[in-house]
Amino acid sequence: MENNLIDLKGIEKVYIMGTEVLYALKGVDLKINKNEYIAIMGPSGSGKSTLMNIIGCLDTPTGGEYFLNGKNVSEMDDDELAEIRNLEIGFVFQTFNLLARSNALHNVELPLIYKGLPKTERIEKAEEALYNVGLEDRMTHKPNELSGGQRQRVAIARALVNDPSIILADEPTGNLDTKTGQEIMQLLEELNQKGNTIIIVTHEEEIAMHAHRVVKIRDGKIESDVKSNKGRAMSERKEIII
Amino acid sequence: MNLFLEIKENFIISYKAITANKLRSFLATLGIVIGITSVTLMQTVIEGINRAFEKSISAVGADVLYVQKFEWFGKEDWSFYRNRKDITMNQYDYLERNIQTAASVCPSAGTSKTLKYRDFVLENVFVLGTTAAYQETFGANMEEGRFFTQKESDGGYPVCIIGMDIRKAFFENSDPIGKTIKIGTYSFRIIGVVEKQGSLLGLVSLDNRVIVPIERFFRLFGNKRSLSINIKAADINDLGETKEEVISIMRKARKVDYGERDDFGVNQQEAFKSTYESLTSLIKIIGSLITSLSLIVGSVGIANIMFVSVKERTKEIGIRKAIGAKKRTILLQFLIESVSICLLGGLIGLMISVPISLIINAFVLPTAMPLWVIILGLIVSVIFGVLAGFFPAYNAAKMNAVDSLRYE
Repeated sequence: MENNLIDLKGIEKVYIMGTEVLYALKGVDLKINKNEYIAIMGPSGSGKSTLMNIIGCLDTPTGGEYFLNGKNVSEMDDDELAEIRNLEIGFVFQTFNLLARSNALHNVELPLIYKGLPKTERIEKAEEALYNVGLEDRMTHKPNELSGGQRQRVAIARALVNDPSIILADEPTGNLDTKTGQEIMQLLEELNQKGNTIIIVTHEEEIAMHAHRVVKIRDGKIESDVKSNKGRAMSERKEIII
Repeated sequence: MNLFLEIKENFIISYKAITANKLRSFLATLGIVIGITSVTLMQTVIEGINRAFEKSISAVGADVLYVQKFEWFGKEDWSFYRNRKDITMNQYDYLERNIQTAASVCPSAGTSKTLKYRDFVLENVFVLGTTAAYQETFGANMEEGRFFTQKESDGGYPVCIIGMDIRKAFFENSDPIGKTIKIGTYSFRIIGVVEKQGSLLGLVSLDNRVIVPIERFFRLFGNKRSLSINIKAADINDLGETKEEVISIMRKARKVDYGERDDFGVNQQEAFKSTYESLTSLIKIIGSLITSLSLIVGSVGIANIMFVSVKERTKEIGIRKAIGAKKRTILLQFLIESVSICLLGGLIGLMISVPISLIINAFVLPTAMPLWVIILGLIVSVIFGVLAGFFPAYNAAKMNAVDSLRYE
């Protein structure tokens, strides 16, 4: 267990809507190691979003146990989970989810504010994170002054700034054109090579092919879990074909 | 994350939120502006009325005790007081000789007479008989001439001092000193004019009176009347002590047996004040309540806007939560935003009401906005901000991160 960054044991999620009982997850076991690059796939309604929310500590399972970095997060309350999200998880969303009124620098600074770092240290780290995603000259731009790709880079900088255990990307290219999408995938690839653990949730095969391991979900269960060493090769071949 | 940093960051956030929606923030805070304006102005007006009252009873003298048959604002029937024994010159002499804690003592008696000077006639002028000590007891300043001397007072000389109203009526353009006027049918020579005194409670003019030596007053207008013995305390801070002494001396002078209640009243300015307080306190409370209604209406407006604001920013709340904001952080964010709006309204309200209070002071009623009203105004703004913001902020804090992230 110590080697696993993420250890899901028999995770269940049941929604009760009035008289109807909906089983979103029916016992999921999944172990993810440090520095993995994994894609979670599945059609809509398969439970992959629920799984992502649980892995991202946005939601708690109704059954089973979830150990993140050896800590049992399935028993934590809202505020403890908020702290875990702040320190351990960097989110990258399909719709970027930046604060519209704040500039790029402040958006990236936000997790550090919640962490409680002093101002100078915050600015330093946020600038460094933006530099690392190639946006050093866009720091004072607000989201509506940035292109989709740039926005997603800001989001990635925000996800990285706290040096989290996991980068959790939910359809990160869903709102981008193909070329920009490729650039973002390239960036994630580089981050993985630098040692970051990356989990991508997607329903697109092409995106999933970038990952080194693909987990498919159907009807609240893991349908397949395939490791492939050719993820990177696939993406290169794809570019040649296009 | 420590609380201080959190509050500081939240002020920055609320500044952004307020300035991002300038018109809406302004309209939202308008209710508080009106509320704070009316509450502080109400307090200012109350202060003004209090001051006007203080001024109108200042002639009574804060450090003067009046020993009389009647008690001011007494609870007993009028006839009860009337049937008491008269207060006489002998009792005055006895008191004057024995009292230790008085700066000065003077007797006074009064009646209403018609005044004549050549062809001019003034009816119902208050004629006051007293001694030379009157001037020190009441601190009466002379506009012209002088007060009468001990000798004139003891000897009952036919001299008088007139008030400003009489001077104006009889001697508009001439010097009254040395002139002879008729009080009733008797002649008196004017030796002085008392400076303008104003009126008591705005009802009784203190300038429409004439002061004569009490000896002569008794001789001409009769001595079968009850006096008022007026005692100026040596030290206003020991007024109570002086009062005790006056009571014990008067009981001896009037031979009141041990165990019997006093058969005289020792009156003081305080009686006016307590009567005034009991009459006006209810009006003040109701006035304050009515004006605070506008504050309540204002804060309901803020609460409304905050609910809308929270709803609108569901997504933002989701993002902040995903990134690591705790419940307390979100609660504080919206609470501080609501407090900021209210505080802003309070400040604008004060910026309106302070100049208005100056205008009132200049043209209507001498007043000033007390400092505590300004501080209270700001504290009340903060309190209403917390009240108005609490439920919206609580709603925001307990939002589910997954649902609010999905909100469009």
